[in-house]
Amino acid sequence: MRPDLRTILGKEWIFCDGATGTYLQARGLKGGELPELWNLTHPEVITDLYSGFLQAGCNIINANTFGANGLKYTEPGQLEKVIGAAIDLAKKARAACGREEDAWIALDIGPCGKLLEPMGDLSFDDAVDLFARVVKAGAEAGADCVLIETMNDTYELKAAVLAAKENSDLPVLATTTYDRNGQLLTGAGVEAVVALLEGLKVDALGVNCSLGPHEMKPIVDRLVDASSIPVIVNPNAGLPKEVNGQTVYEVTPDDFALTMAELAGKGIQIAGGCCGTTFDHIRQEIEQIRRIPFRPPVPKHRTFVTSFSRAVEIGPRCVLIGERINPTGKKRFKQALRENDIPYILQEGLNQEDAGADILDVNVGLPEINEPEMMETVVKRLQGVTGLPLQIDTTNIEALERALRHYNGKPMVNSVNGKQENIEAVMPLVAKYGGVLVSLALDEGGIPDTADGRIAVARKIYEAAGRYGIPRDDIVIDGLCMTISSEADGAVTTLETIRRVRDELHGHTILGVSNISFGLPARELVNSHFLTMAMAQGLSCAIINPNNEPMMQAFRASLALLNQDPQCMGFISAYHDYVPVSKRIAALRTGQTEAGAAPDSSSSGTAASGENASSPGRDTEEQHGPLFSAIVRGMKEKAADATRDGLKTRTGLDLINEELIPALDVVGKGFEKKTVFLPQLLMSAEAAKAAFAVIKDTFSGQPQKIKGRIILATVKGDIHDIGKNIVKVMLENYGYEVIDLGKDVDPEVIADTAVKEDIRLVGLSALMTTTVVNMEATIRLLRQKKPDCKVIVGGAVMTPEYAKAIGADYYGKDAMADVRYADELFGES
Amino acid sequence: MNPSSVQQNFILHRESADTARIAIPRGEIYRYLGYRKITPSEDIAARTESCVKEMTTKSHLSAVWAVLPLDRPESGVLRIGDVVISSRSLSLNLKGCDTAAMMAATIGPGIDFLIRRSEAVSMLDAAVYQAAGAAFAEAWCDEVNARIVRLMRKHGHSSRPRFSPGYGDLPLSLQKDFSRILDMPKNCGISLTDTLLMTPSKSVTAFIGFYPGPGDRCTTAGCDVCEAADTCDYRQ
Repeated sequence: MRPDLRTILGKEWIFCDGATGTYLQARGLKGGELPELWNLTHPEVITDLYSGFLQAGCNIINANTFGANGLKYTEPGQLEKVIGAAIDLAKKARAACGREEDAWIALDIGPCGKLLEPMGDLSFDDAVDLFARVVKAGAEAGADCVLIETMNDTYELKAAVLAAKENSDLPVLATTTYDRNGQLLTGAGVEAVVALLEGLKVDALGVNCSLGPHEMKPIVDRLVDASSIPVIVNPNAGLPKEVNGQTVYEVTPDDFALTMAELAGKGIQIAGGCCGTTFDHIRQEIEQIRRIPFRPPVPKHRTFVTSFSRAVEIGPRCVLIGERINPTGKKRFKQALRENDIPYILQEGLNQEDAGADILDVNVGLPEINEPEMMETVVKRLQGVTGLPLQIDTTNIEALERALRHYNGKPMVNSVNGKQENIEAVMPLVAKYGGVLVSLALDEGGIPDTADGRIAVARKIYEAAGRYGIPRDDIVIDGLCMTISSEADGAVTTLETIRRVRDELHGHTILGVSNISFGLPARELVNSHFLTMAMAQGLSCAIINPNNEPMMQAFRASLALLNQDPQCMGFISAYHDYVPVSKRIAALRTGQTEAGAAPDSSSSGTAASGENASSPGRDTEEQHGPLFSAIVRGMKEKAADATRDGLKTRTGLDLINEELIPALDVVGKGFEKKTVFLPQLLMSAEAAKAAFAVIKDTFSGQPQKIKGRIILATVKGDIHDIGKNIVKVMLENYGYEVIDLGKDVDPEVIADTAVKEDIRLVGLSALMTTTVVNMEATIRLLRQKKPDCKVIVGGAVMTPEYAKAIGADYYGKDAMADVRYADELFGES
Repeated sequence: MNPSSVQQNFILHRESADTARIAIPRGEIYRYLGYRKITPSEDIAARTESCVKEMTTKSHLSAVWAVLPLDRPESGVLRIGDVVISSRSLSLNLKGCDTAAMMAATIGPGIDFLIRRSEAVSMLDAAVYQAAGAAFAEAWCDEVNARIVRLMRKHGHSSRPRFSPGYGDLPLSLQKDFSRILDMPKNCGISLTDTLLMTPSKSVTAFIGFYPGPGDRCTTAGCDVCEAADTCDYRQ
């Protein structure tokens, strides 16, 4: 009997089969027909397909299950029947070909055909369930391994791998489809995909489809460079071409075989083909490759933290981890967590990205909130708006697991320590999902006083990681910073620890740098110099605030000095227009304010200038103050500055009533008269929002006067919500509290929230005729459960008549119309 | 009749292009932003340019199409390949045609990421990306359309203006047929939601009718055939 595939993977050549679709089309499969149905209707064709590849010499044949999933096979039991038949036919073909000893049947899993959230409407959990059903059916029917292929989205890939691992103990092989630049459709490069798949502990990984063997060369180079496990290469027979009304592939079998032999020589372990490759292609490929000496994969000792689109390597250059997504000592952040103000948290993340962070630390722990739920939400929302990898920072094990499961990539995990109990809780999760693990050099005995003690804990952690199957490359030792205000040799001990982890353990290190100065004045001076010293001792990752200029100066200068910034390009691009501090001070003294190292980049625009001479409010500006003017002109930074200045002499409420609201009114009226256009309206809205943010910071925690509370939602089935978001910005600026339920919202959720929060106005948005039915259903439910609540509707397909027909109270043709309606309803003019 | 028994085999053509090679008409972006016959101010124009630049680097153009036989174009219940369609608007559009292309084109998921990201930072940028993405998708669609027309011209066929599901009385449910026949998820990365929205959002599907002989028919289309022509804010 044949051995478990795992026992020979990476030890000898293994050959996959070629094209299924091309063969079936040649045998009469029509465009738009489901190929897997042929397992039931044309079993003899499917058997011929398997036999052809077995006779060509393949070791792994794909069952005809590529597109089989519950979305396409919806009748009860149909999916299981189709998969069962595919594998039964393969077993029969294998027996008939006398290949029981050295041929394995793969349950073939392709993309499910739907995009996952946030790009599409399929949730990650549903995707896992979808694939789980396929895996169970395949394992039941007796597949020998699972081959996940043609994936072009890392999130769907992760869902499929998890489903395979959680529902069978079969070997898992996974290949993805790259473009010529070595990127998946969703943006991940080769290294990011390899890190993700190795973290998820697949048995082999590689590339298939889309490109021919020639075009795959650079991708194969990168795969072999990054992967420590066996590499699979299954190219197309070049590109399809139309010849005499037939689709043909341009690469001939002998050309294919010779090129594949060249690729095999680069150090791959598994070869086959994809679209357009025939029995002949594969037979000749096997003949050619067998002549080449086999080389097993070797460990690459590279450490990557990845997102859906990016791979950050730890080692070659000190990596900057932004620390600002963390409530510790931040009143405003705590308030955001309590109020479920996710947009605020996203902005904290994006600001750090703009400031130069490589990775974002995410800590949302607050005793009074549900941390696991908040963590999952924030991770999902952040990875929808930033390509930076995340560092999941929590001591709550449930929060950690939910974040690891739903993270789209291979994250950093902050943290584990040397305590046995902690190791037992954290390491199995990191072993399952993959991750780069921050490991604190402390244990049951507390924080060791000496570097010797910390190195001893580090050794213990490496050993434990080995037991759990976590590669030592994925461990990053936290040398721990004890403030020098209470521990005189705190910094010295930490620096020694950092250096010795590098030199003695050949490991990576990390520090939360700012702890070093706790209790001292002028902390940024101490922190920035300490950062420089730590980097000189080989620090791999620095957790700092990238919005702090002295820290960034120290970081960038150190990178340049340590030859970690090629040609000093990063340094030059950040400081080419640097103005020395002495000059800045001199300029301030002489009253000039323009000079500075951080010019106000977005204040050059004016919302109401340029379009026509009679810009709104020009004549009224003088009656008001600088805030009014900044908002009318749409100048964000100026509006914030004017608010800060204004607050010195006036109350926030006065500023709002005397400047902010009148300015918005001027712009809003201009919009209604069509002398101001949407972009200007939004510029002013953003300026007003910036002013509000300043006022809100000042009164953080205090109740504010609001005109009314309004629910906004994009209805069930609609996944685009830009229109709703524009309305939200406007309503908030006009003093309303908006409960934003987001997009794709169930009617029940909207109605229940309206009841629970006693809401008088609900705004609904729908983009398409297909989702207006859900809008109508929502209105019906609202009438039933909350009869005193008014409903305003808008969106691309809406008209006044349509709105009336589905029972809405009002059709909001644009954001200003919604504001006017709300003002009328809540009794304001 | 069983539809699959009349289905002929057809060739799926896949298209792509370097994003820098497709001109994106700025006037269209401004029109989507609500400007009518007015040039926006310099700062809005500058912001638009930087958004267009970012969008161009993050986009990924792909398309797939096939030419299928067309039956009973004028009957009001016509058939394209194995798809039976009951639509007055499409019948009008395809009058005199004997074949029709089905096409799907997208600029990829990058623009949706940019819109989502800007929504967290700047609604202005989000609105500009929204408009720029729509203009880019149309421009890419125009290019694919032109490639199809060029090829069909070699076979002696002239084209009618393209016509998309959701316009006139042409039902959105046809998206499912587009997806099935063109295998859109595999061939150009477009998926459908349960409510038949396309993802990525900046994607277009359309029929293009072809008739034998030189081009002698009206090829203009646009707003005149649309039922929302009277109320639409974006009317050309």
